[in-house]
Amino acid sequence: MKTAFSLNGEAVEVDTDPTVTLLDWLRETRGLCGTKEGCNEGDCGACTVMVTGEDGARALNACILFIPQLDGKAVRTVEGLAGADGTLHPVQQAMVDHHGSQCGFCTPGFVMSMATAHRNGRTDHDDQLAGNLCRCTGYAPIIRAAEAAQAAPVPDWVMDSAVRHECALYSLGEFADWYADNPDATLVAGATDVGLWVTKQLRDLDQVGFIARCPELNKITRTDDAIHLGAGVSMTDVLEAVRDDYLSYAEMIRRYGSVQVRNAATIGGNIANGSPIGDNPPALIALGATLHLRLRDAERSMPLEDFFLAYGKQDRQPGELVTGVTVPLGQAQHRVHKLSKRFDQDISAVCGGFNVTVADGVVTQARIAFGGMAGTPHRAAAVEAALVGQPWTVETIEAATARMGEDYTPMTDMRASADYRLQAAQNMLRRYFAEVSGQPVNVLEISA
Amino acid sequence: MSVTKALPHDAAKLHVTGAARYIDDMPLPASTLHLAFGMSEVAKGTITAMDLGAVRAADGVVAVLTADDLPFANDVSPSAHDEPLLSDGAIHYLGQPLFLVIAKTHLAARKAARLGQITVAEETPILTLDDALAANSRFEDGPRIWIKGDVDAALAGAAHRLQGRIEMGGQEHFYLEGQAALALPQDDAEMVVHSSTQHPTEIQHKVAEALGVPMHDVRCEVRRMGGGFGGKESQGNALAVACAVAAQFTGRPCKMRYDRDDDMMITGKRHDFRIDYEVGFDPEGRIVGVDFTQATRCGWAMDLSLPVADRAMLHADNAYHLPAARITSHRLKTNTQSATAFRGFGGPQGVLGIERVMDHIAAELRLDPALVRQRNYYAEMAQDQPAAPSEGISGKKKGRGVRYGGAYSPKTAVQTTPYGMEVSDFILGGMTERLLQSCNYLQRREAVQAFNASHDYLKKGIAFSPVKFGISFTLTHLNQAGALVHVYQDGSIRMNHGGTEMGQGLFQKVAQVAASRFGVSVDRVKITATDTGKVPNTSATAASSGTDLNGMAVAIACDEIRDRIAACIAGLHQVKADQIRFADDKVHVGDAELDFAEAVMLAYVNRVSLSATGYYKTPELQWDRIKGDGRPFFYFAQGAAVTEVVIDTLTGENRILRTDILHDAGASLNPALDIGQVEGAYVQGAGWLTTEELVWDDKGRLRTHAPATYKIPACSDRPDIFNVALWDQPNPAQTIYRSKAVGEPPFMLGISAFFALSDAVAACGALYPDLQAPATAEQVLAAIGRARG
Repeated sequence: MKTAFSLNGEAVEVDTDPTVTLLDWLRETRGLCGTKEGCNEGDCGACTVMVTGEDGARALNACILFIPQLDGKAVRTVEGLAGADGTLHPVQQAMVDHHGSQCGFCTPGFVMSMATAHRNGRTDHDDQLAGNLCRCTGYAPIIRAAEAAQAAPVPDWVMDSAVRHECALYSLGEFADWYADNPDATLVAGATDVGLWVTKQLRDLDQVGFIARCPELNKITRTDDAIHLGAGVSMTDVLEAVRDDYLSYAEMIRRYGSVQVRNAATIGGNIANGSPIGDNPPALIALGATLHLRLRDAERSMPLEDFFLAYGKQDRQPGELVTGVTVPLGQAQHRVHKLSKRFDQDISAVCGGFNVTVADGVVTQARIAFGGMAGTPHRAAAVEAALVGQPWTVETIEAATARMGEDYTPMTDMRASADYRLQAAQNMLRRYFAEVSGQPVNVLEISA
Repeated sequence: MSVTKALPHDAAKLHVTGAARYIDDMPLPASTLHLAFGMSEVAKGTITAMDLGAVRAADGVVAVLTADDLPFANDVSPSAHDEPLLSDGAIHYLGQPLFLVIAKTHLAARKAARLGQITVAEETPILTLDDALAANSRFEDGPRIWIKGDVDAALAGAAHRLQGRIEMGGQEHFYLEGQAALALPQDDAEMVVHSSTQHPTEIQHKVAEALGVPMHDVRCEVRRMGGGFGGKESQGNALAVACAVAAQFTGRPCKMRYDRDDDMMITGKRHDFRIDYEVGFDPEGRIVGVDFTQATRCGWAMDLSLPVADRAMLHADNAYHLPAARITSHRLKTNTQSATAFRGFGGPQGVLGIERVMDHIAAELRLDPALVRQRNYYAEMAQDQPAAPSEGISGKKKGRGVRYGGAYSPKTAVQTTPYGMEVSDFILGGMTERLLQSCNYLQRREAVQAFNASHDYLKKGIAFSPVKFGISFTLTHLNQAGALVHVYQDGSIRMNHGGTEMGQGLFQKVAQVAASRFGVSVDRVKITATDTGKVPNTSATAASSGTDLNGMAVAIACDEIRDRIAACIAGLHQVKADQIRFADDKVHVGDAELDFAEAVMLAYVNRVSLSATGYYKTPELQWDRIKGDGRPFFYFAQGAAVTEVVIDTLTGENRILRTDILHDAGASLNPALDIGQVEGAYVQGAGWLTTEELVWDDKGRLRTHAPATYKIPACSDRPDIFNVALWDQPNPAQTIYRSKAVGEPPFMLGISAFFALSDAVAACGALYPDLQAPATAEQVLAAIGRARG
């Protein structure tokens, strides 16, 4: 597959198999070994590179980034971060001055994340670096370095811009027809999941369709009463799109994956892969979101919860595309609670979406959904039934939580036990009640 | 002088530019082959058939080796010769290497390794502590037991008694650079091995055995590791030996690196422990006697488990005087990865046991746990001791210098540890007072209580914990080191020693020592890769000993050369050699001065040897590990921490809000690098006790074998407020510039986070929370349930 991009300012045209990763290509073909392989699954950030496209500069994990995804982009690696005369980038100099490296293996990834954040004017360092693991320093000196560098001007040599596309782009109709004709093809959006099929399961993917080739799938449209998110919209852009209306959902997305993962991962991928532990479905089901699909020119829509039929089975025909999701606006009472072993960049043990409408002290509508509690994300029907029509009181909440066991029989795995999942889900409902009642319930809002 | 300066890591600029080279980054000869292991899918059994036809036929495969193909030793054990490189037919754990694929690319080797058809007569694996105890599956013939005093009488006579149990999980090292090795065959049977190892001599030794050659035919070189933490003390043997054997077999260079998942499935981790305790104490909370039973899962092979378990026993007292103690240690053999060295080497587990006892006593007596800890401290080192000379180098001074416990003893009787060692350098009393004051412990404890009184769902906790960690290898003969120093005729210096660089800054600290001995700036000193061809018979860079041992060896080598130069210059200037002074990049001769390079050139033309070896062995050690008696340690490094946390009582989620640390690095050689060790160790220690959970299923399969499922601390998990200071008091023991070892001790300061969580949980109810480790959100919620009753 032919791809054109720039690498540290130099134009590159390559013809590779579709699933060759940028990391392997850099290290093995180009001999650029500054970019490291730490985990080969997008969880450690040692392979972080800066990729500039029409939407600006973004940090991405090179280990699960396929070469064709780079078409039309500018790639900058750690080898291209210092100036041509050897002048260190401000974040590199600050990392030296503040003792931000010890073993040094994670350092190239850190400096690339830091340089990208620096270029984008981001100073929320903990978030910007949540996808970079360091086992030596305890992070404190790295944050000191990031703070020290944040006011320095952006060196002009990192100001890459997008380059000419090599690959043709497709209209939605063309893309839908192609997929209908090739229903066994693997669709790749951000490759944060499919990438692991290649790097960990060592699968050979014969035929790959890149969602990014279809610009219509990458659009966000906003009306007075809804936001429409194309299936190819990255989670970074979803976060920005929902932030003003659904802060709690946005806060969940902030903890979802890392910057690098959110820059690649898409809303469509998170829904279409049907994972029982995807974090968007419970949040969106609670909002009453509508999913859109298309098979050739036949379009259909459904409430998102109806898409998930059983574990590993979704209501999607061979060759049918998930094209997007519509999120209704105006539900200020919506909250999302994500529970995981680690706060940042961890897969949820339980994720709950809560949306209870109260009028005159009485519950008029309840939409509550959980991920991690069953083989699919789905609504807590018995709990909802116990709420609707009842006064919005502690007693009602207690009566409703008692029915959680009717809705879910969770399992035990390495993330949590079944008992804990059920207890935590019940307590999340209590927490929702306390939270909308104005009580402090969020450990992230507490300081010493 | 170069020492005491807060210089950056020697490779900092290489790190940030991506130019620092690790094994996987080395340019390879074109003929290089790549290796991968085929691994066991079951935890225990016997191989009845191994069909490797598909493996051999796979794309890119050059050869496949099994145990039968190995011409010499099939063993990669660092201890008991019980660890075959490739299974000899017996399967001991799920993940065990069974066969070795040699292929043209890394990917081809990985793909082929999955194609083996292995038929196994499965047996029921021994997976848990209880399985192993029931089956009496253990290393050594029975438990080790050390006794001090009459424990049963002490317990019987105590005003208060408590018993309890704490379970603590293991820990994956998660060095960012996975295990890797590269073997380059030379002519005349020689093999050069590049290995990401903390122990080059061990690699040399195991490779020589596997190749059937003397050690002089193998040279191991290590420039740097991307993290070690103990995980590269013995776990690199398998890759290095595999590469060497494959290189011998094919005659081509061979390289192996584990994919992260394979690394986590194959290699050992920190030992998990269960510690049962019964303690007797007086109404003030002072312990009169304690009985510990420690049980640990060592996994399938002995590896380093005996000294790890010993060190857990050696730290069962931590900072506390135990008038009577019995410590029983079960070293259990299970069908899991062979647990191995990990920063602290059993010490953290032993310390967590006694710290749990302190916490439990305080809860029982409703006393401030910090107060109970202070009341149980060892007696403080006398304050009227003469100040330690700052430049003492042992072996160069007469007598023993400052020595405690002899004629200059403090006025109070010196107390002894449960293993009979006098504690004469205890300084935690003063450190604790200063730390509690500087972090406003008492006021903040009240503030925490006030917060808890006004919050229904969120609770705060605060806790203090100290560490006293014994410094020296407990296998006494390992406490030796060598160095090789060359001074070139232009005044530049090339330094080599037996220590390895894994990020801790050893090379820079030792370079600072070398620069100081010559009175020159550190940029004159070239740091070079550790190389068994330059310095032989090295010990692992482990036990926090790297700087103590190698710094001293380098200093001795430098002094040898310096004294030769001084003698030469003195002769030329007709003065006594002791009137020659090396400082400021100059050699001062009375009022005259020469540039260092000039002096070196003079020495050269006057035919003075400018190369020397240095050799050091730690003095005063003697230790009987069976009896549990003697002086295993040269000195104790100490530290103290206060951590404040908040928990969500509905889910158990929690955050570290603030941590204050005062740590004892003696007279620090490099405060920036030492503080870096303290910060990093604390976060790693807190990770061990909070989010880092290893989960095996009932088949013995490790389910947490990648960062997607095994969660080391991320950036935001460090404390919001993180104050770290060094207690700047010279080491009374004669160490290099009176510094102290700093690699492992601060790891145990993370224990304060665990007890802060316990404190927050205790605010939820009247009962003792009995918090277990790791304190995941799930564990915290379970403990809240127990506290509420």
